[in-house]
Amino acid sequence: MSLLEVRNVTLTFKGIAALMDVGFSVEKGQIVSLIGPNGAGKTSMLNCISGRYHPDSGEITLNGKNLLALPAHARMSTGMSRTFQNIALFKGMSVLDNLMVGRHSRITYGLLASLLYFGRARKEEDIHRRRVEEVIDFLGLSSYRHKVAGSLPYGVQKLVELGRALAAEPELILLDEPMAGMNLEETEEMARYILDINEEWKITVLLVEHDMGVVMDISDRVVVLDFGQLLAEGAPEEVQSNPDVIAAYLGGENASFLGI
Amino acid sequence: MEYYLHLVLNGLVIGSIYSLVALGFVIIYKATKVVNFAQGELVMFGAYICFALTVQMGLPFLVSFFMTLIFSVILGLCLERVILRPMIGEPIISVIMVTIGLSTVLKAAIQLFWGTQVRVYPQVLPSEPIWILGLPVAPVYIAAFCLSVVLFVIFSLFFKYSTMGIAMRATAFDQQAAQSMGIGVKNIFAMSWCIAAVVSSIGGIILGNINGITPQLGHLGLKVFPAVILGGLDSLLGAALGGLIIGVLENLSDGLAQQFFGLAGFREVAAYFILVIILMIKPYGLFGTPEIERV
Ligand SMILES: Nc1ncnc2c1ncn2[C@@H]1O[C@H](COP(=O)(O)OP(=O)(O)OP(=O)(O)O)[C@@H](O)[C@H]1O
Ligand SMILES: [Mg+2]
Repeated sequence: MSLLEVRNVTLTFKGIAALMDVGFSVEKGQIVSLIGPNGAGKTSMLNCISGRYHPDSGEITLNGKNLLALPAHARMSTGMSRTFQNIALFKGMSVLDNLMVGRHSRITYGLLASLLYFGRARKEEDIHRRRVEEVIDFLGLSSYRHKVAGSLPYGVQKLVELGRALAAEPELILLDEPMAGMNLEETEEMARYILDINEEWKITVLLVEHDMGVVMDISDRVVVLDFGQLLAEGAPEEVQSNPDVIAAYLGGENASFLGI
Repeated sequence: MEYYLHLVLNGLVIGSIYSLVALGFVIIYKATKVVNFAQGELVMFGAYICFALTVQMGLPFLVSFFMTLIFSVILGLCLERVILRPMIGEPIISVIMVTIGLSTVLKAAIQLFWGTQVRVYPQVLPSEPIWILGLPVAPVYIAAFCLSVVLFVIFSLFFKYSTMGIAMRATAFDQQAAQSMGIGVKNIFAMSWCIAAVVSSIGGIILGNINGITPQLGHLGLKVFPAVILGGLDSLLGAALGGLIIGVLENLSDGLAQQFFGLAGFREVAAYFILVIILMIKPYGLFGTPEIERV
């Protein structure tokens, strides 16, 4: 059984299809990239998985559990977390607090325990803090700990968002264009982090990214969408030499990224 | 001199109750952006339920106290479920109108059950005064003040440090993102109404012990507006200080108006005078967050 399975997902907006009968799967431990030209439906797919959009038909399972039966907020505790194409940090809150929000899906105690700080609440808050500190160390964010998230440079905000998703201790992490708008150095740093997350933290990655150099470099598998349809799926080399994929990208500004 | 000191002390005690009720108001505003016009009626609800349990059913005071808190939680849950949840997605002004309707309904229901005359709590604490700075102060005043302070400290720590409290703040900032982080936004709304109902009830019970209760108690909600606007609608510390400041200034100015001009009843309007003056100087209140728009 694959960790994430997407089958026959169709999503329409007022009759216009954003996703048509799309299916693919993500094996545990892999880095899978979801690519495609602008408007192909990549973000829509992540939104279907994370629960922001509800597909018209199809199935999505994580560890065999039917995700579509769960409301958005309940899906996080099944073991996934995500970042957003347009940074969605809590801008007025500190970096530390933003990461703490990432821990929310791990809370097992109630309001009263939390208010009076007894029993499980006391023990767990400790664990939450420790995990968040680990993430801060890992991403080198310690100097920003008490800074207001909205005031930080763009690249750092992207890292904080990654950190917030990591704080949740997910099994599967959904990254929507984590390198968009970054310079070469920042892009390399981010790619390094994604590899580390995958190798050391044993987190499976579903990555949406336009930077083909990075995608072909770090992915185990690549899934290609075009106009809401599945165009190709396979190892990076296979996808790169697939005539359909080449045709979809040819003429587009993205052609050069494929290295052709 | 002693006269003024007394005015200040009494003002602090009443102010601490304002703070408590203001706390409930701010928590709802912080998490849901709803301005709750029924805050005073939540105070009244707690006061009457506790009265019914102690006096009419003859339960020991502490038992009634905790049972009242449980009733407040239930009230908070019902309000969120029955009245506010159907309003999700409606313009905020409609939700605010609903809270105005709610205040009327609660007040009417209480008059229906308990009538309009003053009801008096049995004496819980000894009446033998305790001397502070050479002034006699009733123990119930001291208990009221301490209880308010303790509750404030608990909630401040909760919002600042606990994962749950942080989640409540996050929801206030961005509901969509909060949802994606696994936060059940509806649960957070329910929680904030429960907390608001509970702290208001405690305020009501304290007032009942000091002054007895009438359905006029709901007007306390109006006193809380100056307190929270003064403190900044979304700041807990602001609510605490706002409540204390309004309490003290109100009591002082009332005392002075009586002493020098022979005017009675200045208490009722003093808070609003203060409010207008402060808003002219600091439009976002003392601790409020100004709206920052980045383009
Ligand atoms: N909320 C929405 N309402 C209406 N149409 C939408 C909505 N979200 C997405 N779409 C449409 O669905 C299609 C796919 O959009 P999506 O954002 O998933 O593309 P994408 O692959 O992420 O593109 P990009 O690379 O630009 O981020 C587009 O045509 C878009 O206009
Ligand atoms: Mg997108």
